Amino acid sequence: MSALKIKKGANSHSAYNLRPNFSDVEERHTLALLVENEPGVLARVIGLFAGRGYNIDSLTVAEVDHDGHLSRITIVTRGTPQVIEQIKAQTGRIISVRDVHDLTVEGASVERELAMFKVAGTGDKRVEALRLADIFRANVVDSTLESFVFEITGAPEKIDAFADLMRPLGLVDVARTGVAALSRGK
Amino acid sequence: MTRQMTGAKMIVQALIDQGVDTVFGYPGGAVLPIYDEIFQQNHIKHILVRHEQGAVHAAEGYARSTGKPGVALVTSGPGATNAVTGLTDALMDSIPIIVLTGQVPTFMIGSDAFQEADTVGITRHCTKHNWLVKETDKLSGVIHEAFHVATSGRPGPVLVDIPKDVQFASGAYTQKQALKSHYQPQLKGDMEAITELVDAIENAKKPVFYTGGGVINSGPAASQLLRELVDATGFPITSTLMGLGCYPASGDKWLGMLGMHGLYEANMAMHDCDLMINIGARFDDRITGVVEKFSPNSKKAHIDIDPSSINKVIRVDIPIMGDVGHVLEDLLKVWKSRGRKTNSEAVAKWWKKIEAWRAVDCLKYEQKGKVIKPQHALTRLEALTKGYDRYITTEVGQHQMWAAQYLGFEDPNRWMTSGGLGTMGYGFPASIGVQMAHSDALVINVAGEASWLMNMQEMGTAMQYGLPVKQFILNNERLGMVRQWQELLHGERYSSSWSESLPDFVKLAEAFGAKGIICSDPDDLDDAIMEMINHDGPVIFDCLVEKHENCFPMIPSGKAHNDMIMGEVDTSTAIDAEGKVLV
Repeated sequence: MSALKIKKGANSHSAYNLRPNFSDVEERHTLALLVENEPGVLARVIGLFAGRGYNIDSLTVAEVDHDGHLSRITIVTRGTPQVIEQIKAQTGRIISVRDVHDLTVEGASVERELAMFKVAGTGDKRVEALRLADIFRANVVDSTLESFVFEITGAPEKIDAFADLMRPLGLVDVARTGVAALSRGK
Repeated sequence: MTRQMTGAKMIVQALIDQGVDTVFGYPGGAVLPIYDEIFQQNHIKHILVRHEQGAVHAAEGYARSTGKPGVALVTSGPGATNAVTGLTDALMDSIPIIVLTGQVPTFMIGSDAFQEADTVGITRHCTKHNWLVKETDKLSGVIHEAFHVATSGRPGPVLVDIPKDVQFASGAYTQKQALKSHYQPQLKGDMEAITELVDAIENAKKPVFYTGGGVINSGPAASQLLRELVDATGFPITSTLMGLGCYPASGDKWLGMLGMHGLYEANMAMHDCDLMINIGARFDDRITGVVEKFSPNSKKAHIDIDPSSINKVIRVDIPIMGDVGHVLEDLLKVWKSRGRKTNSEAVAKWWKKIEAWRAVDCLKYEQKGKVIKPQHALTRLEALTKGYDRYITTEVGQHQMWAAQYLGFEDPNRWMTSGGLGTMGYGFPASIGVQMAHSDALVINVAGEASWLMNMQEMGTAMQYGLPVKQFILNNERLGMVRQWQELLHGERYSSSWSESLPDFVKLAEAFGAKGIICSDPDDLDDAIMEMINHDGPVIFDCLVEKHENCFPMIPSGKAHNDMIMGEVDTSTAIDAEGKVLV
């Protein structure tokens, strides 16, 4: 796997993967953008995606380095390898973007998402929901006699699976944060 | 030692420190403190335009003809929104300009105040970067950074939005030298890829250089290196509209411009080549025609400073990310050190093929009768102005393509035209910017009457500052290119494509105090052009030309390079249904 770490200013030889494969199959990639924490920076990134017609499956953003004024934007996107390369090159071109990482190709990474599920019901369904929540290590953060709010953290697939199970048991509402991701190892 | 000064003074000081000698602008409420500072100094000349769009295009003309960044200063609200077209134009053509806008005071932002607009929001998509400065202490640093961003890497327009209270308040001035920018684009290309390209050059049988505006933007040294490379290898060279002048039109390796209205030999060479060396061009759709059929049998190398240009439209085999000048320098070094090899026998054969395409003489036309052909007008303009220190700007349309075909450019920075955005109304204000930078040069705006009317108010600017710009209008009383497409694509239904109620251009010139010349007889043309050249002041030249002339050759929409329409043949079936949806 080629490292796609973009170091602006570094005289690195191949900052971008300029020789991608040209398959027409869409891939899902998780990108991590290190950006300057300044007004409008999120608008610059989102505006680029909207303006050039790229997909956003999920997006999270928060400040990660207060002294360095840096925020991290994690974007899950979808496209052919050529489109993914364009997305990386185009986001890398934004002046406030310091670094672009493609966690999907840069090696192993962990992805986590937090979600909250409101499930309403009584009797067997209510018991079953609680039992499944326990299996999925979801916490009950609010309960009434007719409802629970579960909090669950995990990879997006785990949360999808939990949502599938809760649907027949009285799923009322879902809130998901979107993916946060980091590469594994040092 | 930090110097304290007001924000307004800081702006002027920063411009002086950046070596700015000319600012194009238009005052208004939100920039009054800056205008007050400009009034009290003699380093920077302010040119009062008649519309903010004109200010930005003038700054573009200044930048493109000098290689230095252009500067425009406009007020908040409508001043800023009027600058949007010029910013987008500069973004598409990679022109370094700095636009300073006034803004309502910080405590009124968001209140829908008088002449308030979300300027950074509106211009986020049409600048390379923009800033809203809310603290005077940061102002001078941001302006220095703005110049750095505009001129580094792939150049482009930047905008600094400055609220009025920030202009009044005092703060510490940051020296230009203190700038530490994170933005440091890579200039040197990957040596491995450069060596791979040298291999390809050594083995190519049918090579072609395909050059673009990136060569011009890289600076005069890049053009010099390109000439050295072309002449040493003996390979043919073509260029996009944006790159004209990077290789001299009089050079024997020159094939002329390529693309939709490019020369037959250039397009055929692109289609049939086995090695395409793209230097600072971006495979624009005016160049490629239908992508699937674009140069099917060639190995493609692409030198570009912007990584997003690589593999965006055309998949290339040898990508080289870097500045054209730096890469060409390394390329020449490697190629020379390996013994300057080319497959000269095969290349000679290739040239024979090209000569046969050249012999088609795709630009031939016949000037007969008493009506001036637009091609003839430009041929005569070229002949009569050739010896001058000449700069050409254009508007957008048929006249622009004819100018690219019939005028020859020997040097970079001599040709200013709106390529990417195709902005009608660009040429006249751009010619003002060029003339400001080159006071003794002959500056001619080749125009169509419809484009020219879009920014004709700038006649006032030309007169006020005594700028002897020549407005050479090819007047066919039509929106010529629109008319041509309606003829080819829409059953000759000429919907709104003729210019009715045109002004008397001679009287219009006189109304501004300028000189007007009208010419309709081919026999009078030379004398009239000389009269225009010799007049010491702005001239509007109304050249009445053939009304229904079409611009050929042409690659119709949805067709390949080797599928050109050469002239007035049956063109009714030239474009199929699929091509019709393309622009």
